[in-house]
Amino acid sequence: MTTSGSDMSVESLVRRVVADHRDQRGALLPVLHAVQAELGHVPQEAIPVLADELNLSRADIHGVVTFYHDFRREPAGRTTVRICRAEACQALGADRLVSYVRESGLTLGETSPDGSVTVEQVFCLGNCALGPAVEADGRLYGRVDPIRMVSILSGTPNGAANEAQNEAFNGRVSS
Amino acid sequence: MKNPAHVAATVYVPRDSAARSVGADEVVEALQRAATRGDFALDVVRNGSRGMLWLEPMVEVVTPRGRVGYGPVTAEDVDALLAAGMLDGADHPLRLGLVDELPWLARQTRVTFARVGVIDPLSTQDYVEHGGLAGLRAALDMTPADVVAEVTESGLRGRGGAGFPAGIKWKTVLDCADELKFVCCNADEGDSGTFADRMVMEGDPFLLIEGMTIAAHAVGASEGYLYIRSEYPDAIATMRGAIEVAREHGWLGRSILGSALDFDLHVRVGAGAYICGEETSMLESLEGKRGTVRAKPPIPAIEGLFGRPTVVNNVLTLTTVPVVLANGAKAYQDLGVGRSRGTQVFQLGGNIARGGIVETAFGITLRELIEDYGGGTRSGRPLRTAQVGGPLGAYLPTSMFDLPMDYEAFAEAGAMLGHGGIVVFDDSVDMAAQARFAMEFCAEESCGKCTPCRVGSVRGVEVIDKIVAGTHRDENLALLEDLCDLMTDGSLCAMGGLTPMPVRSALTHFPDDFLGGRRLLDIQAVQPIQPVQAIQPVQAIQPVRASGARTEGTA
Repeated sequence: MTTSGSDMSVESLVRRVVADHRDQRGALLPVLHAVQAELGHVPQEAIPVLADELNLSRADIHGVVTFYHDFRREPAGRTTVRICRAEACQALGADRLVSYVRESGLTLGETSPDGSVTVEQVFCLGNCALGPAVEADGRLYGRVDPIRMVSILSGTPNGAANEAQNEAFNGRVSS
Repeated sequence: MKNPAHVAATVYVPRDSAARSVGADEVVEALQRAATRGDFALDVVRNGSRGMLWLEPMVEVVTPRGRVGYGPVTAEDVDALLAAGMLDGADHPLRLGLVDELPWLARQTRVTFARVGVIDPLSTQDYVEHGGLAGLRAALDMTPADVVAEVTESGLRGRGGAGFPAGIKWKTVLDCADELKFVCCNADEGDSGTFADRMVMEGDPFLLIEGMTIAAHAVGASEGYLYIRSEYPDAIATMRGAIEVAREHGWLGRSILGSALDFDLHVRVGAGAYICGEETSMLESLEGKRGTVRAKPPIPAIEGLFGRPTVVNNVLTLTTVPVVLANGAKAYQDLGVGRSRGTQVFQLGGNIARGGIVETAFGITLRELIEDYGGGTRSGRPLRTAQVGGPLGAYLPTSMFDLPMDYEAFAEAGAMLGHGGIVVFDDSVDMAAQARFAMEFCAEESCGKCTPCRVGSVRGVEVIDKIVAGTHRDENLALLEDLCDLMTDGSLCAMGGLTPMPVRSALTHFPDDFLGGRRLLDIQAVQPIQPVQAIQPVQAIQPVRASGARTEGTA
């Protein structure tokens, strides 16, 4: 049983997450978000544990995990980039960004072989007046051109100083 | 006189995610660096956005005459702006003038968006000073039935797209005898071209809390759920923060504002499924299930979340309720035309020079919105079409731009107002590609419960490909018509039922695009014979490339 170590940690983590959400009605989505926040994805081993904890069938859990685009079965790359391909961004050439990504050897919906970046499509980031819009690791970018795309894909859209500002801002939100 | 070197100047820089997406955080950082270096005090307030999104990041400086705006400001502009005397409201090429007097803003009737961009979103003091809680206080002095009557009388209609009268929905829930009832806010704003829900949640979160609390009082609900799409992390963080603050202030929880009302509110985060913007799918998702559509009846007002009577309203509906209660139904009803009363929050997006939020009474024309407010295309090329009402809305040609914006006029013209989103395209757009995308999007996002939507959309993509490729064009056009009829009549919800709207409008108003001459689709289908009609070059147009294979990128 070479995998028992990681299975055990997934199992205990899932049981802890479910316990944290015990008082919530219909808690499966919040639970899955929490599992993914900790593990980066929802591993297969989590499914029977969730079924057991929530008194649902494995099929039910599997059905929910696979229904929603957000839940990953596999870990993503170190940077996750999502390009908006909805109409408002199409009107400003979002597909140029997609072509650029393809020319760089990346495929939408897949992680680069070196594990550095996962590029996905998304339908609307709510930045329709400042498209084309791209989101990278939870941060939104507007008016993205192919040049900006290069820096976003490499994970250095604004340099390190920007991260400190992000943290300062987030601190304000939660306070 | 005041010297900025000694008096703390107050500067507003939006925290709205659209403003942040073009560098608002970097501007704040540059301002703070300059303050440290120059040894002067600076009070930076992170407000919501005023909705003039092409001017973001827009910095506002408090002066004795009012707030003076500068924009769009980049971090690199900050030193020059400060040197020019920005903190005193001095002149500079980026100076816009007194923000409240800017014609773009001054011409609007900001009702729902009255505070957005004006206040610090998480400041309870700002909220109350700017009229917050007046609606809730008024409601708590009334019986639930009177609150419902007031909302009904105001003519307020659901802003999510369908335009169902809010008061009638509430009355149904009020009339149910159940102990446990819910208020659910649908903040799964997935339609492209719509961002008003996001902006109001980020810019005036207490307003939504107040609206949901009024709804709870009106229908006798004790628990509320706010379902926000995961694509809106800033809105989620702001709403969660605001709910915490509201609980601390007794605006949520037991005995709200000293009344007998007990109501608490929870944020739930979606998981990237467009269909969960449909109310019954959202309820399934809130219950922790796959977001598949429920057949109606039973309607959610009678059997909604966990089988209980449930109010499901859109963000803009609920954020308009406090205003209706504060000012009375009459004041609200006096705005608007015909059966479309009050204001609508229009959102200008896509290829538009001046995109953003235009809140105004119903009845304004599409042309006024796109040309007067929007200033035409961003690319400078001629306008060709606008899609109104999201991905399921019609593409309208410029010849129809004089249509007044109201629910009935749009319905009569075979279009829909929806959530008030307007996406503008210039003349490089390939309408066959847009029609194909509508089907492709439906195939990608269909919940899969009903066949017309799940299968029809896939067939729709194939048939459009054949039409554009010139394969049995007439037969396939007839087939597409038939398919659209079937999807319209046979689908369970608006996803499958309305996908034919953009497709048909593209076919009706832009038939030449389907002849193949303009085609730049990435079609993988085999093209048997080069069709004769296909040779019809369109000069000097650099079309936006159409989308690729449907299955690519399924997350």
